[in-house]
Amino acid sequence: MSLLSVEGLGISFGGVVAVDNVGFAVEAGQVFSIIGPNGAGKTTLFNLVTGIYTPLRGRVTMNGELLTGLPPHVLARRGMSRTFQNLQIFFRMSALENVMVGRHMAERSSLLADLFGLPASGRQNGVTRDAALALLARVGLADVAQATAGSLSYGALKRLEIARALAADPKVLLLDEPAAGCNAVETEAIDHLIGEIAKSGIAVVLIEHDMKLVMKISDRVLVLAQGRRLAEGTPREVRENPAVIAAYLGEHGTREADRAHG
Amino acid sequence: MLARVLRSRLATLLFLAAVIAVIPFLAPSAFYLRVAAVVWVFALAALGLTILMGYAGQVSLGHAGFLGIGGYAVAIGPAQFGLHPVLCLGLGAVLAGVIAYLVGRPILRLKGYYLAIATLGFGVILALVFHSESQWTGGPDGMQVARVTLFGWRLSGAANWYWVTGGALLIGAWLALNIGVSPTGRALKALHDSEVAAAGAGIDVGSRKLAAFVIAAVYAAVAGGLMAAMNGLITPDAASFMHSIELVAMVIIGGLGSVLGAVVGAAFLVVLPQALTFMHEYEQAVLGLLIMVFMILLPAGIVPTIRNWLLERLS
Repeated sequence: MSLLSVEGLGISFGGVVAVDNVGFAVEAGQVFSIIGPNGAGKTTLFNLVTGIYTPLRGRVTMNGELLTGLPPHVLARRGMSRTFQNLQIFFRMSALENVMVGRHMAERSSLLADLFGLPASGRQNGVTRDAALALLARVGLADVAQATAGSLSYGALKRLEIARALAADPKVLLLDEPAAGCNAVETEAIDHLIGEIAKSGIAVVLIEHDMKLVMKISDRVLVLAQGRRLAEGTPREVRENPAVIAAYLGEHGTREADRAHG
Repeated sequence: MLARVLRSRLATLLFLAAVIAVIPFLAPSAFYLRVAAVVWVFALAALGLTILMGYAGQVSLGHAGFLGIGGYAVAIGPAQFGLHPVLCLGLGAVLAGVIAYLVGRPILRLKGYYLAIATLGFGVILALVFHSESQWTGGPDGMQVARVTLFGWRLSGAANWYWVTGGALLIGAWLALNIGVSPTGRALKALHDSEVAAAGAGIDVGSRKLAAFVIAAVYAAVAGGLMAAMNGLITPDAASFMHSIELVAMVIIGGLGSVLGAVVGAAFLVVLPQALTFMHEYEQAVLGLLIMVFMILLPAGIVPTIRNWLLERLS
């Protein structure tokens, strides 16, 4: 039984089939990447897995427990965390507060304790703050903890989202293009971070366009094209798959590549 | 140091307490105390909206309806059932909370304009009920509210009501400040910025919004009850659409999400019409113009603009 298992997932929008019969399985500690051309349905697949969309067909299970159709906050409570392709940062809060929100599920203080400012509420704030500071240090943002999130650089925000997602103590972490728009140094840092996360026993599902990054850190790679599964395998298998090359480079590109190889 | 003070809860409370304590010594007559008491009551209602709109980012255009519920509870309870007014103030708050819970469950699924229109409809319905159920509410003319007696002491006069409403405002500000820095407050501010990300962090967005709506309704009901008891009269006008808009305007002019902002906004919209009466028929036009000028010059609201300016000067 896999930690995260997705079977026959499908959804269509107004007659357009966005994701069609896609399945995969991820084990704890694995990095599982999903690649494919723009519009292949990668982010839609993430949205189906994390409960933002309800799939028309198929099922999602975690440790054998059926998750399909549950709302996002319930899935989060079962151990599913994610980051977003188009940043979903709490821009008016500080970096620290962003990560503190990520600790929400670990927080044990009632609405009444919060209203009346009871000691329990203050203690909880302290515990949450310490945990969030540790996570900020882990992604290399300790020195900007008090800065308003809106003032941080794009690369920093990408890492802030990862810290916030990690704050939830997930079993499965879905990262949607964590290195997009990052320079080489930032990409290197994210590469390193993802490796560490997987080593800590979290199953990482990754959408990424940076092929160098994908091929280096992935245990397995799933290739999507037009909502369908085109290929799946180790990075090496996928790289050498003719159908994958065709999808990425096109018929013309494939011929060009063949000619170049002689 | 000063920057810390500007952000601290205690400093905000002490500042507000100092203002409340000093005004009676500066006020030349009881009339001013009366106006100030009206400011405190509206500020209390606006504080509820600070939690709902400022923290959680949800608009309510029918909030005066809850003002009406609190007011009529204090009027009807003693008159029809012989209950003590203070008990009725509590009952009105509970009733408003329950109604907010029942109404909020379906409508808080709506967002933006749709939520605004749904709450507007709710407010209009409540105003209609207060208008037409004349055997209970006295109809359009409203009804008298019995004088409040506490432990044999008859609560009357501008000065007494000034302290009662000022005290209520301080308590309300204390609660709103507490919730602002608590896990609940963080959850509300998070869903304000991004509902998707908040849900992704395990926050039950629907139930948190509902909690904010119920809290805001209770604030308004307590304010409405105090207002009715202070005036000795309640009319359906208390629940009117204009009052709902005024409450929203107070929160926005003062500064969305700022506790002191709610008080400053309330003062702005209660005191200015009084101060502008010498302009006679131009009063409304000048008031409208001033609101526009303030919103254009200080789009973040009066208090946050001043605070940010001070913080910048200090750093």
